[in-house]
Amino acid sequence: MSSGTVALSSPTRRRRLRLGRVEPLVWIAPAVAIVVFVFGYSMFELVRTSLRFDGQWTTDNFRVAWTDPTFRTALGHNARLLIAVPILVATSLLLSILLFEGLRGWRFHRWALFLPYVLAIPVIGVVFGQLLQLNGLVNQLLRVVGLGGLAQDWLGQPQWALWTMTAVIVWRELGFGIVLFLARLLSVPSDIFEAGRIDGARFFRLHRRITIPQLTGVIVFYVIVEAITMVSWVFNYVYVMTNGQGGPGDATQVTELYIYQMAFQYQSPEIAAAAAATLFAATLVLIAIFFRIQRKSGVGLDE
Amino acid sequence: MSSARRVAGTISQHALLIIASAMALFPVYVMVTAAFKTQASFLDHPWAPVADPSLDGFRAALNDQFPRWFGNTVVLSSSSVVVTLLVAALAGWGFAHWAFRGRDYVLGVLVALMVVPPVVLLVPLFVFGVRIGQISTFRLVILIYVGLMLPFSVFMLTNFFRTIPASLIEAAVIDGASSWRVFRRIVLPLSAAPLITLGVVNLLWVWNELLIALVFLQDDSKKTLMVGITGFQSRYSLNVPAIMAGLTLATLPIVIVYLFGQRFFVRGLVAGAVKGE
Repeated sequence: MSSGTVALSSPTRRRRLRLGRVEPLVWIAPAVAIVVFVFGYSMFELVRTSLRFDGQWTTDNFRVAWTDPTFRTALGHNARLLIAVPILVATSLLLSILLFEGLRGWRFHRWALFLPYVLAIPVIGVVFGQLLQLNGLVNQLLRVVGLGGLAQDWLGQPQWALWTMTAVIVWRELGFGIVLFLARLLSVPSDIFEAGRIDGARFFRLHRRITIPQLTGVIVFYVIVEAITMVSWVFNYVYVMTNGQGGPGDATQVTELYIYQMAFQYQSPEIAAAAAATLFAATLVLIAIFFRIQRKSGVGLDE
Repeated sequence: MSSARRVAGTISQHALLIIASAMALFPVYVMVTAAFKTQASFLDHPWAPVADPSLDGFRAALNDQFPRWFGNTVVLSSSSVVVTLLVAALAGWGFAHWAFRGRDYVLGVLVALMVVPPVVLLVPLFVFGVRIGQISTFRLVILIYVGLMLPFSVFMLTNFFRTIPASLIEAAVIDGASSWRVFRRIVLPLSAAPLITLGVVNLLWVWNELLIALVFLQDDSKKTLMVGITGFQSRYSLNVPAIMAGLTLATLPIVIVYLFGQRFFVRGLVAGAVKGE
């Protein structure tokens, strides 16, 4: 009888032991499988598609994309959108410091300033599309304050459309920076600031000497996130505010829209893949540059 | 002198904040008030608060395909967020509890994947979808959404699980609890806050996602809110209240979540920047 129990329990024990080795792999397997499919398979296929045409290996797709004036325009526009990054950093720095000063009603202001970041970009795009029309509310407001001469079709003028788009993007992305910086400030021991105040440092001096150094880590993080956004996450704004055209003309054409149009309107997945691979490489270069700068300046993201 | 200057300073600080908040709220104000106006009253008094609320805009929006889009978005976002949380929690526990070979490497790759722009994945996934005949199905889109949300979700949960005191786990293991039981009875109950945070942040992302929905859900009966309202504006160009009513309804669920769970939003967004929070 007793030998029976041993016989019954030993396989279980052995199985448990065996599982011990591979057990973590069982836990992570579903996640790894999905990620390998969505990212691994796609990135592999992307490179393959971009290097093939008519069943032949070729680099022609890249040549076609890179010499396409529309693609160059699109890349140039993404580069121009990067101007939004310093504007975002400076503005959200100022506003988060003002919130941190603890003025009356700062909680309400925090709520209001963060709200745009919660709204969907398509919703924002449609609302701003209405506001920025020739007879829209923005122009009416300008006329009321006597600046009617500035009134114009903000999204319809080729020389202004991309700047208008930049302003809308800043309007939304600002909330993220403010909340990020404020959260960091609130976690800094308050005696650091008290010491500065007792020393009699006034607003600008205090914040330049004490606050901004405390924020360096999150500022770098924010710059990276926003730079990536400007280069590879602006499709929604452009698509919604220009009815999927990137217009007027190609005044707001961006790389993502180019990829989308190449793949789904002009039926050239190979060119789209080459453009996408280029975009991805550009993103990686951007990240590498930032990490270099970050290492040089000796700033960690997690400090 | 200094007190006068200080008062002037405080006033200008207040003024700056008020202007900034007004600019942040203005489009939202226009959206919500216009939704309750008629086209005529909107054209006459675009800024004015609503004097005589009209529900015509909402009626027009609701008579359109709006309810179906809304339903599609609810189904898509709730199921992909639930699946993501489940899969990410399992993986997070796998990464946090066992130190296996290659773990840090795999985690590093996951973190790096957060920066891959979705548009890069679009073409190959679409070709794949066509090949297996799954365009305009929720299944494939949910799978893609889950995949896109997983890197951040796993990263965040792994960081949180690592903060669970080892003594709690060891005590249970000594009592003979299996690792599944430890996970169910100890890890998950302690993780309510990060799971809610992650759920809220992911929900926000899926609810507002446009690109993938646009490409993969082409059938009219499968369109999501965001795809729907993008086409809405051209069809109702002469009925601004109907557009704004549609937008208001599309935004409402997210704003409600935001009103009650602001701290979860904040925590989730900051989690990427500040490790282990």
